[in-house]
Amino acid sequence: MPMMNFRVIAPDHLIDINRVANLAGIREAVDGIEIGAMTRQADVLASDLVKSRLPLLTRALEHVGHIQTRARGTIGGSCCHLDPSAEQPAMCAALDAEFVVVGPGGGRVIPAGDWFEGLLQSALGEQEFLDAIRFKPWAKGHGYGFAEYARRHGDFAIAGAAALLEGGRDGRITRAALLSFGVEPRPKRLSGAERTLIDQHVDSLEIEPIVAEASALDAMEDVHSTADYRRHLAGVLIRRALSEACTTMRRMS
Amino acid sequence: MTEHSVTFTLNGERRDARVDPRIHLGDFLRHSLGLTGTHLGCEHGVCGACTVIVDGAPVRSCLMLAVQIDGTVVETVESLGKLGALSPLQQAFATNHGLQCGFCTPGMLMTLEAYLRTTPAPTEQDVRIAISGNICRCTGYDGIVQAALDTASTKASRT
Repeated sequence: MPMMNFRVIAPDHLIDINRVANLAGIREAVDGIEIGAMTRQADVLASDLVKSRLPLLTRALEHVGHIQTRARGTIGGSCCHLDPSAEQPAMCAALDAEFVVVGPGGGRVIPAGDWFEGLLQSALGEQEFLDAIRFKPWAKGHGYGFAEYARRHGDFAIAGAAALLEGGRDGRITRAALLSFGVEPRPKRLSGAERTLIDQHVDSLEIEPIVAEASALDAMEDVHSTADYRRHLAGVLIRRALSEACTTMRRMS
Repeated sequence: MTEHSVTFTLNGERRDARVDPRIHLGDFLRHSLGLTGTHLGCEHGVCGACTVIVDGAPVRSCLMLAVQIDGTVVETVESLGKLGALSPLQQAFATNHGLQCGFCTPGMLMTLEAYLRTTPAPTEQDVRIAISGNICRCTGYDGIVQAALDTASTKASRT
């Protein structure tokens, strides 16, 4: 709607999918959680199922817009629009979500790694629509952290970061996901840093190499911030997100 | 352009109308129905002045097309009180100096009206987050926040 109000786009035809009931809803499936593309952001934020199984998504949604925009805005809409600073597609990248799309030839499933083609550009074909997003929750008690910097609460962030950690009872990390968003045109997994976290102890992490990887991203430049400032933020925010994930991680056997 | 028929409930009254599909709800309320209480500021979903309540939820009337209100219940600021008989929230705004120029006020009122129905006992921080999508250029927000808190505590003491 804002893009039409700005006259950035002027579609010949507009199809209202708001009343397609099957496109909305949060379902628990055998192998995870499926969120319909038309599910309102307010409903995802209020969902106890999401909060208990995908706490990172709940945490990020607190930063998405305001109560009036979350009442109408949908998770699928944000994931198709793909603003580089948008929290929801970024969390899909952090959680390795799968995008279930439907077209004239049937359906296909696109992994998050292939979903982000570029700035505002998803892998969705011209004749396809996004049906749902599938998440595989991390182990119960996993650590999660989120940080972003925006000029005002609810604005699109200048930059943000997310971290997920799984570990054993001894506090050793067995699985990690680290992500920067709003820095490059697409959300960026810090895969080198993720590997270095494995087998480290949650209380004595070597954080500097991780901050260094985030600070070396090919940052965008715009009216809000220079590339240097974005790189600086990327480092600061990944440190905060990771530190929060260490705090929230419960030590499991 | 083809007009569409819509049937909806507006401020408690059933209405039928023909709407041009390109018109957003805010323009429809103001231009077609003459309900100029709803104010339009930025028209791209940032300022919150145009907030109305649709099916119980506060929404931006500039980000919703008028054709989409078919079958819904719409509430605008005109549904609150009248001069001399203000609603409790409106009276609290007046008492606490929650407005100066008044441009943002309809959006603030409708946001808080919807919010206080679902969150009857908010903290100050809750109220500040609830109105974070409404921009006021005059008051510095303190009076608005106090008005919301007063309304909530008055309601609580009555029940």
